[in-house]
Amino acid sequence: MPSVLPIGDPAPADGLLPPQAAGGAAGRRFCLYVHIPFCAVRCGYCDFNTYTARELGSGVSQDQYAGTVGAELDLAAQVLQRSGVPARRLSTVFFGGGTPTLLPAEDLARILTRAAGLWGLEPGAEVTTEANPDSVTPESLQLLAAAGFTRVSFGMQSAVPHVLKVLDRTHNPARVPEAVRWARDAGLKVSLDLIYGTPGESLQDWEASLEAAIACGPDHISAYALIIEEGTRLAARIRRGQVPNIDDDDHAAKYQLADERLTAAGYGWYEVSNWARTEADRCRHNLAYWRGDDWWGAGPGAHSHVGGVRWWNVKHPLAYAGRLNAGESPAAGRETLDEATRRLEHVMLQTRIIDGLATAELGPKGRREVAGLIADGLVDGGQAVRGRIRLTLQGRLLADAVVRRLLED
Amino acid sequence: MARTAPVPAATDPAIIRNFCIIAHIDHGKSTLADRMLQLTGVVEQRDMRAQYLDRMDIERERGITIKSQAVRMPWEVDGTAYALNMIDTPGHVDFTYEVSRSLAACEGAVLLVDAAQGIEAQTLANLYLAMENDLTIIPVLNKIDLPAAQPEKYAAELANLIGGDPADVLKVSGKTGEGVESLLDKIVRDLPAPVGDASAPARAMIFDSVYDTYRGVVTYVRVVDGKLSPRERIQMMSTKASHELLEIGVSSPEPTPTNGLGVGEVGYLITGVKDVRQSKVGDTITNLARPAAESLAGYADPKPMVFSGLYPIDGSDYPALREALDKLKLNDAALVYEPETSAALGFGFRVGFLGLLHLEIVRERLEREFNLDLISTAPNVIYEVTTEDKKTVTVTNPSEFPTGKVLEVREPMVSATILAPNEFVGAIMELCQSRRGDMKAMDYLSEDRVELRYRLPLAEIVFDFFDQLKSKTRGYASLDWKAEGEQVADLVKVDILLQGEQVDAFSAITHKDKAYSYGVMMTSKLRELIPRQQFEVPIQAAIGSRIIARENIRAIRKDVLAKCYGGDITRKRKLLEKQKEGKKRMKMVGRVEVPQEAFIAALSSEEPKDKAKK
Repeated sequence: MPSVLPIGDPAPADGLLPPQAAGGAAGRRFCLYVHIPFCAVRCGYCDFNTYTARELGSGVSQDQYAGTVGAELDLAAQVLQRSGVPARRLSTVFFGGGTPTLLPAEDLARILTRAAGLWGLEPGAEVTTEANPDSVTPESLQLLAAAGFTRVSFGMQSAVPHVLKVLDRTHNPARVPEAVRWARDAGLKVSLDLIYGTPGESLQDWEASLEAAIACGPDHISAYALIIEEGTRLAARIRRGQVPNIDDDDHAAKYQLADERLTAAGYGWYEVSNWARTEADRCRHNLAYWRGDDWWGAGPGAHSHVGGVRWWNVKHPLAYAGRLNAGESPAAGRETLDEATRRLEHVMLQTRIIDGLATAELGPKGRREVAGLIADGLVDGGQAVRGRIRLTLQGRLLADAVVRRLLED
Repeated sequence: MARTAPVPAATDPAIIRNFCIIAHIDHGKSTLADRMLQLTGVVEQRDMRAQYLDRMDIERERGITIKSQAVRMPWEVDGTAYALNMIDTPGHVDFTYEVSRSLAACEGAVLLVDAAQGIEAQTLANLYLAMENDLTIIPVLNKIDLPAAQPEKYAAELANLIGGDPADVLKVSGKTGEGVESLLDKIVRDLPAPVGDASAPARAMIFDSVYDTYRGVVTYVRVVDGKLSPRERIQMMSTKASHELLEIGVSSPEPTPTNGLGVGEVGYLITGVKDVRQSKVGDTITNLARPAAESLAGYADPKPMVFSGLYPIDGSDYPALREALDKLKLNDAALVYEPETSAALGFGFRVGFLGLLHLEIVRERLEREFNLDLISTAPNVIYEVTTEDKKTVTVTNPSEFPTGKVLEVREPMVSATILAPNEFVGAIMELCQSRRGDMKAMDYLSEDRVELRYRLPLAEIVFDFFDQLKSKTRGYASLDWKAEGEQVADLVKVDILLQGEQVDAFSAITHKDKAYSYGVMMTSKLRELIPRQQFEVPIQAAIGSRIIARENIRAIRKDVLAKCYGGDITRKRKLLEKQKEGKKRMKMVGRVEVPQEAFIAALSSEEPKDKAKK
């Protein structure tokens, strides 16, 4: 998550949710996100809420983190219950960061066990952790699988050393296939995360990364265009002219190449930046975000959503721990969406995934835009006839523009 | 300094002195006027607001005077109490006519020149105007307290201009007050008293007319003959309209009602009219019961020279713009406008101005006082076009330019005066030549200062001529111009097309030799300013059906945020809302979204800035 929190309403100290959160809960899945705000080093492009041991100093100990998050989970269960949200088993759990695997596998397992104890896991629940290829071992992966993890998502980013260097990634690219093999051996599903459009990355470099990723044979591949975030070291280097700026046309060409190669290798797109081998390999946790399901985000700076109420935690691990130690909710702010905003979000999110948006859900003006969008090659005409707005390849590249047109008012 | 001030309405013309101050912007006229108000006791020290006479904020900010007023001040010389009327004059070339009427209300003028800068072109022009009106000139150098002052040099220059001895040039400092008392004495001694026929029917010249929200129009007059009294009915001689004099008085400097105004006196009157057009500058006021046979000479209707389209950025502000213009008009007799529709910009007005400064002031007032966001199209002049079938069309907007065969196009001309140090003569001549200028004369004012006179097409000076002149002369040159006939010229209309569709707001009438460079300049500027769209957008410049320049905006290939960080949907939604808001500031030209900034920047003379990131 980005290090800047949104501006919203104040959140109450007891964390209680407004009445609307409970409405229709039975029809939505319930998911859990656990943020692990630790990294061995900070990468130059990253503005996520994460800290190196040195940045944190002595105030926050990684050793105690599992206990602190556990305290938020206890609070979460109470808050949901007291807010009248019916108890649901967890459909997905996702550990993100930061680098979750910087914590001992035992700690991750402890947190998962605590969550499972509070809510229970649905049969076949998806439990993922992000991992850095060089912070896992065959043993740690075995341990995670034994604790109930079903999936691991490796931050591969690139297979090309000079690209990894610009990104400040320290892992040896040769380590990735090995890590994938260990995960497979442990019975885990595997996803690889790639980043394209890094300054200095050629089209051939990107092709090499795609091929390397495909050669590892993962179940799922994410490919994200590099975003230059304000305040990062990389942004400063670009500003000073030390590395070239990123370029939208280059991004577009690389996206097209990714879609072509991944499709040819048997991976089908299901969200703008995500491809999976089969429908069962899609990341259900990721889909929950786009589908407007409920999730509790635990950890500093984590975002939550329950029934049209969105909130986010205080950012700094020290402040976060302080709140929980005082028995207070770590929420920093929240917003309660009105009907119009929920509809807007629905269009914005649902359009990005392969299921698409039902044309029936559009306003009259948005519906009038559809013909033009098909003519411009942005929306699939065949699907539109069947009542779904599904983006074409071209449309995925211009998804934000499509959404704005669908939301014409 | 106890004084027994002469009573208005019963003042012997012999003890009246009417004068104005001719000065360039920044040469310290307002400071000097303030000092006079203070010394004559009209304004107490504690009430002193810097630059008392300039009313409007914009005037104060820009250091210029748009509207003149008159203040009556008592001053005693050799035991006699005199009444001094100081008539403030507008200080800019756009308001020459108003200046001429202010001058006509006076017997003398203080020629005020900055002792560090010397005389400027506009001051010179106004000086010539004053001399044509037979005014007695008192030359004064101001700001002698400045370290950079060169009083000897500029005293010689002034003496050279108006004749006389450099030693007679008064040296004052409005800031410290030094020399101001002697100046007041000199005004009394040197200026002639007004002369008029007290028993004749009244003739009073209007030299200013100001709209006041509470009182309606306040009219400033100089009585030439006869007398005006409260409650009598008066007549405007140009329109024959009659009004009752609800109030008559003098400013000292707050309005003070009097028992009337007699020969030679200067003051204000209120009749209850609500529009300055009913009380026009230059018109003569007479008694209705016993009207004068002949009006005073010199009346003219204000004539707009420069036109520009004003459009609200938000189309729904159109009624608000109309209302605002209607209100401004009450106080600005020179402002003319009529509704106009632009395919690119929607509903707006074609507005006529006296000049570029007038345009800027009106636009700024509309934006500031009425809270409107406006686009103003590139200013243009009036062309007379004769078509093949011998019809004459008056073109105030490039879009009115006839499409068929054109026999002849006539454009307005000006006679321009430029003053500058002689080292810049070459640069100025080059500039004027590139603007199709024709040199008429070149004179040395002093050893190192030159006066150049050119005949130029008005169209060539309305856009950025003054800026260019300033930059080519490191700010030293000054300019004045006045309208002077018309000429036949080889002019064409250049159209700009976006995706094959003509954008009327970007059309321009230019000389044939400059059409190509205009086309290249405008198309490349627009390519920088218009963001990439979902399709390719060709930009063309054309004369009729002939394409003379072309640029291309490539289609945008990516407009999607790759990632949604850890479920922070709020951030993504806010970004979307911002983009939607941004879209509202776009004008649709056909299918092309053109940001407002593109219109503003394309129509200004500045270099385009970086294309705004989405």
